[in-house]
Order: sequence, then structure tokens, then C-alpha cells
Amino acid sequence: MTLSYQTFSDPQAASRFLAERPEAWLLGGGTILVRRVNEGDISISTYVRLLTPELKQIHVADNTVRLGAGVTMATIAKTPVLAFLAPVARSIGGPGVRSAATVGGNLFARSPHGDFGVALLVLDAVVCIEGPEGCNELDLETFFKSRRQLAHGSIVTAVRFRRPMPENFRFIKISRVKPNGAAVLSIAALLSRTEGHVSAARIALGAMANTPVRAHNLEAALRETALTPREIERAVVSAAADTTPSSDAIASEWYRKAVLPVHLRRLLST
Amino acid sequence: MEISKSYFADERHGDFKEIGQSRQRSDTAGHVRGITPFYADRRFPGLLHLRMVRSPHHHARILRIDTTAAERHPGVKRVITAKDVPHNVYTVLSLINIGPEDEPVLAFDKVRWLGEPVAAVVADSERSAHEAAASVRVDYEELPAVFDVEDALKPGAPLVNEYHGQNYYRYDSGASRKVRLGDVEAGFQKADHILEERYDSSPIEHAPTETTGCIAVPDQNNRLTCYTGTQAIFFTLDNASIILDVPGQRLHFVGGTAGGGFGGKVDCTVEPITLLAAMLTGRPVAFIYNRYEEMQISSARAAERIYIKDGLTKDGRIVARRVRCYVDSGAYSRHSPYGAQKAAAHFPGPYTIPNVEIDCYCVYTNRTPSSAMRGFGVTIADFALEVQMDKLARLVAMDPLEFRFINAYRDGDMKAHRQLTEGAALIECMQEASAWANWPVDSRYLKMSSRERKG
Amino acid sequence: MTKVPVQMTVNGEERAEFVDSGMTLLKFLRDKIGDLTAKAGCLQGTCGTCTVLIDGEPRLACITLVEDCRGGTIETVAGLAADAELHPLQQALLDHFAAQCGFCTPGMLMAAKALLDSNPHPDRAEVEDALSGNICRCTGYEPIIRAVLSVSTSNARRDTAERGAV
Repeated sequence: MTLSYQTFSDPQAASRFLAERPEAWLLGGGTILVRRVNEGDISISTYVRLLTPELKQIHVADNTVRLGAGVTMATIAKTPVLAFLAPVARSIGGPGVRSAATVGGNLFARSPHGDFGVALLVLDAVVCIEGPEGCNELDLETFFKSRRQLAHGSIVTAVRFRRPMPENFRFIKISRVKPNGAAVLSIAALLSRTEGHVSAARIALGAMANTPVRAHNLEAALRETALTPREIERAVVSAAADTTPSSDAIASEWYRKAVLPVHLRRLLST
Repeated sequence: MEISKSYFADERHGDFKEIGQSRQRSDTAGHVRGITPFYADRRFPGLLHLRMVRSPHHHARILRIDTTAAERHPGVKRVITAKDVPHNVYTVLSLINIGPEDEPVLAFDKVRWLGEPVAAVVADSERSAHEAAASVRVDYEELPAVFDVEDALKPGAPLVNEYHGQNYYRYDSGASRKVRLGDVEAGFQKADHILEERYDSSPIEHAPTETTGCIAVPDQNNRLTCYTGTQAIFFTLDNASIILDVPGQRLHFVGGTAGGGFGGKVDCTVEPITLLAAMLTGRPVAFIYNRYEEMQISSARAAERIYIKDGLTKDGRIVARRVRCYVDSGAYSRHSPYGAQKAAAHFPGPYTIPNVEIDCYCVYTNRTPSSAMRGFGVTIADFALEVQMDKLARLVAMDPLEFRFINAYRDGDMKAHRQLTEGAALIECMQEASAWANWPVDSRYLKMSSRERKG
Repeated sequence: MTKVPVQMTVNGEERAEFVDSGMTLLKFLRDKIGDLTAKAGCLQGTCGTCTVLIDGEPRLACITLVEDCRGGTIETVAGLAADAELHPLQQALLDHFAAQCGFCTPGMLMAAKALLDSNPHPDRAEVEDALSGNICRCTGYEPIIRAVLSVSTSNARRDTAERGAV
């Protein structure tokens, strides 16, 4: 069967087209989809390109950020109002990948990839999903738990989150290949403090489960603390319960489990 | 770059003209312009694409191969199986009389490693070739597999390669390449310390940036031209001649440019089948490994397991060394019998030891056939030998470099292979290294010479 | 076969071709217009040997569809040298022994060009980042990094001299 390429300017029409054709797939940057076709995946026959302008736009209003699903990592890395996310975007592969990789595509990347989704998870992002009937919103944590069950034809068109105080946001990605190698693990943290004590804590982990996950146990353990070395040391142990890392070419399950508390401690101590 | 001319000064005759000078590589100008002709940098009208159907099992009998759906698939010109290959079972080293022939170009009765080629689909687009390859049906009966070199040598282990009849290459010296000097047991009795260690290495993939492959083109005068990235062009031409049963003068190989070889492009796994496809279709055919094939299917450096048992005196002399080395050849021989032989010649290292026993085995397992890589047979042996030397030095509380000075071979010493040492220069290299690495050794070592034994 | 028209500028030249739908930019460059400088090292978007510039951005041609490049400005190594005279980056790689087998070289050149076109005097960390998507199995990267830094240095010197002359 020969390949074909279809463009749409209406998300609902695109969604209906996709829903009727299991061999049709929505194209982002190509890092996942075109790669699969190159490698001989004959289940993909049609590329669908959605051309709505909103897909590539960044809107900031009243401290709410809306990123179109087609916004690339390269664009985020040079957008001043998103400066706090630049280190995250810059860690998603080399320049060629970053010029193509999209916000939407990264949400579907398989572990150990998908580190932009890790950052979005601590930002309590909401995902806008277009279906044949219209638009739905889903919180990102629920999205990750159910992304493999999404109806074929669902299109992620945007993500939305509240812009944090930049000093409250932290991110680290640990790779063996430097710079910009795939993750051994990644950690995003959003910590608010009141009078020296943690009033709100959100921690998300990448490459420590089959999707980015929130470290709820660790968050509970950090709340009310003053982030002293002793308190951090005690708290990081609880992160393991939220993780089910795999072994892959980058790192073994054992190694990921062993180093997670080390990198958590370092990130929380900065 | 500095040449240390004070060493062996009486043997030097005049100055070097090229060595030590900075010289541009002859091919870099082409590289930076992007005009270096790698094998795939050619276009041919009507080019067909070969896609290989491979075994999904480590070890299995083939009950049936059904290519009818593939043959009928749109765009497919030909599906090739074992019966189409004039001389299907070969071995690369038959050119230098090292047999037996033990490897099929295309499997017919069984598969011996995961990824072994079974059928070649030739189609007018990569997509058609992928689709048709997916429609080839092979019925297998899985067999128990063995992956560990020592398990493969145990009684009752599954037989990997029937062309050998046992899971090791039979040298004229028996199950191993042997080196014997003196009496190691007597040496161990005389020793103050015994150190017995095991060293393991994994298969190492060359991972060249350019994948393995070739393009075969029917040419004028009833010849076929093969554009290939092989590092072994004449070797491959001759093996192709045998496999295809065509005289060598009908084959024209064009190559000499590899996008990274490192020893990984010395097996003739792509050229013969691609040439056959070109002969059978009358069209140019390309067979280019994808990245999965390059990493998993193409040969790697053999995994090795090395046992070293040393007897050491308290003044730091190795009096006896026994080495047992198992080279994991994977399912077929390729270059490994030669690699294991090189290892036997390389042990016990550049050291004078009066009692030596070396056995190097070339072992068959149900793993990807291994082959050459950068000093194969020697490199991993050196890893084991030199780590062992460091451990021995620590045993007698000696500096590891000084320990090597004491044991280094000198001219006139008897080597384990019953050859007298000549042209040794290890002492001088270590003296120079000591200075450059700022690793000082006692002055008596700086007075030593390879030309005579003193101290 | 569904053939579709595509039109773009490649190394300053207007190109219009009919292609099979779903064709990658890499296949278009190599098979359609005969520009063999970009290489197919992995077809996964992980090795960088297919790196070209699209509208000044470094892109991986093996995972880019040519239908997404309509109206774009494509640059490859074939357009780097001004006839007999090498581009400063090409000369720098030559002078610094920064190529052995040569297979990664075109990708490295275009990745470096993308950097220097937007940032004429990058520091070492910026050069490493710019080349982080390009794999080399021969040189160990150091000669390539040094070659690119040498162009950065001469750019800086030239810009300082120009400023001084004003």
C-alpha cells in the first residue's frame, strides 16, 4: 500500500478522518511516526497534517499559558515568557530534534523519553483533546494514565497551565550521553514556601515508570518541612513507592532505583 | 610530535621523512565537500530493494517456508530462498583452507541464531519489500538454545552447528589452540602466591555511522558490478564467486570507502545475496542494513571468557601461567577460529614466564555470529592480562609499572611458543611512559634494557 | 501511485518535482534531485548524518516529509563551497583533521553552520550543544569541536577588527 499525506485545517474533520482509518496517524515532528515508517512499520499508511494556526501558537493571558500542540521545543527554548521552561526544552535531544519535536508529540513519547511532559505534570497542566464531537479537557495526570486507551481520532490540540514563579520551578535530566542524551531519569519540582516551610509541593518523575508520574508520597513527605538536609534525606526515600522503572539500553531498573534518591536530594537541596 | 631517538640509537639509519610530520589525509578534501562516494551514493534507474526475512528464534528447525503471498505482492520481483543459491553453505576462511563450510547464505533446515537470514524479498520499493517480507510464512519448531560458552561445552548441551559436530572448532591440535612450555604444575608448586581470576567481556558492536550494505548492478559484457562498503573487497569478491558459482572475472567490486568499518564490514553477508538478486532479476538491487540490523544482526566483537591462573614468587616473578580462553563465535565460524588462534599466540603477554599452558577455544553458541573488530583475539586478551598484572603487583605490594619491568621479556628469552624473543622494546616503552605519565619508578628500572637481562 | 507536486529552493536553486506522497526530504534530496551529501545513517532521527537546514533551522531530513517543506529554503553541503573555494567551516575541518571516514561530516557541517549563522562566536558549550545530535564513531569529536571553535575565534577577531575600523 502506498503512503499518502492529507492536510486539514479543521480539527474536527481531521479527527473524524482519523477515527475511520486505523492506518492514518496524526503527524507532529516526525520523530516518532516517520521513524516508524522508515523502520518498516506497515500499519501506518496515511500521514495527517493539521494546519490550524492555533496549533503553533503560544498564548499568555492572566498568567495562564496555552501552548499549541504543534509548538516545537526550539520555539519554547527561545520564548522569553517561558524562560523557566527553556532548560527542559533544550534537553529534548539535539538541535535537529528540537526543531521538530512538538509539545503534543512529546506527550506520546515512550519512556525513557517524554521529559517535557514531566515538566508539564508538575505545572498541573490540562490537555485539550479534540474528538469527532468536539473538544474535551483532561488533567495531564489522568491523560498519562489513559493515553493508550484514547479513541483513535483523538487529537491533542493544546496544553494549558498556570505560569509559576520561576524560582519555584526546578528541573533536572540525568543522561549518560552528554549533552542532550536520553534520560536515565528526569525530575521536575514545583515548590512553594511560606515562612520558610513548604506550603505546596509537586514532584514529577520521568523514565521511572511507563509514563511521567507524580511522586505523591514524596510530595506529602515534603509538605510543612523546612527542606533541611535531614528532612530531605528522610523524604526522598518515599519516592520509590511511586516508581516502576524499567531496564533499557540507557539504564537498568536497579540503577534507576538506586540513583533516584541521590538526584532528588541534590535537586531539592539547591 | 617528538620521536625519542635516544633508544636503540645504533639501529637507526638517518631521519624519517614522513613519520613525525603532520600530513593531510588524502580523503578529507572529499569528505568536507560531501563528495566521497560511499556505496549508497549512486543512483540507478529501476533500482530494486532487498529486504531480508530473518529468524525470530534463537534455535529452531525450519518445517516449511511459504513465500507465495510475498511473490504475489504488488511490486515484488523475486523472492529468493536457499534452493536458489548455487553454493549455499560457505565459510569466509575457506579461501585460506580453513574449513569446514558451515554457514548458509539462506537457512533451509534450521536456524541457529535470532536474525539468521531465511528469505530475501526483492521489490521495486522499500515499502513493498517491507510488506511482502511481512507476508512470508515460516513454520518453525523451536529447539533448546545455549548462550554461554562454558554451558555450550558441557555434555548434553544443544548442538549448535552440525557442520562441526560439536560446539567448538576442531583445530589440528584438538579442541583448542594449545601453547605449552615447561611444567605449570611444578611452577605453581614453587610459587609463593597463586592468583586465579576470571575475566569476561561482552560482544561489542562497532556501530559505524554508515550501515553495512551494497548495490549490485548487471553490467556490460555479462559482468556484475557490486558497490560495497566492505573492508575486505577481494576476500568478498572471491567468496561471492564461490557462492554464486561464477568465475571471478565476471564480478567487478567497487569500494574502498567505508563509513566506519572497525572490522565490522569483513564478513560477506550482503554482497553474494544481492548479486544473486541482480542476476535473477536482471536489475540493479540495493541491500542496505537498517539501524536495527546494524546493531543486532551484523557481527560484533566476540564475547570472551578468560581464566588466568598465575604462580608468583615473593620477589615479583611470575613462574607459571595457565590461560584458558573461550571465544564466543556465535552460531558460525566466520573469522573466529583465526581470532582464537591469535589469542593463543598473544598469551601470555610480553612477559618472560618459564612455565606456560595456554588453551584457546572457539566456541559455538546460539548467538549472533561474531567476527573481527580492532585487534580481535588480542584486545580483550590484553584487558585480561594487564588487569591480572595489576592484581599480581598488589599481591606482592609492588608498584604495577615496576612489576612489569621485572617480568618484561628481553631479547634472547624463550617465549611460550618456543621462539626466542628478538626486537623487544617493552622496557624502553615503559621507561618513556614513566616519564610522560609522571609515574616515577626506581632508578634501577631506568637503567634496564630489552637487549639484556640484568636485575 | 499518488504523485504530488512539491516546490522549494535547494541551495539557492528553485526546484519543482512530482514525488510519491509520504516521501522524506532525505529521499527527495538523494533520489530525486541527486544531492547525495546528506546521508542515511539510521533513518531514525538519532545519528544526525541527514542534517540539513530548512529556513535556517537544523533539521533531520530522514524524518521530515518533503510535503512539509513546500516553499521552504533548504541548504545542504552541496551548496556550502563557493565553487573552488571552501566555506570556512569546510576549511576548518580540513585543517583540524576533523574527518576520518567522512560519513558524519556533512551532518556536522550543517549543524555547525546552523549555529554560526545565528551565533557567529559561540563558546565551547554552545558548540557541543549544536553538535549534540550528530554522532561520530571515528574522531572522538574533539577535532570537530576545535575546528568549529576556530571559526568562532576568527569570526570574533574579524568582528572586533571591523568594530575597531569603524
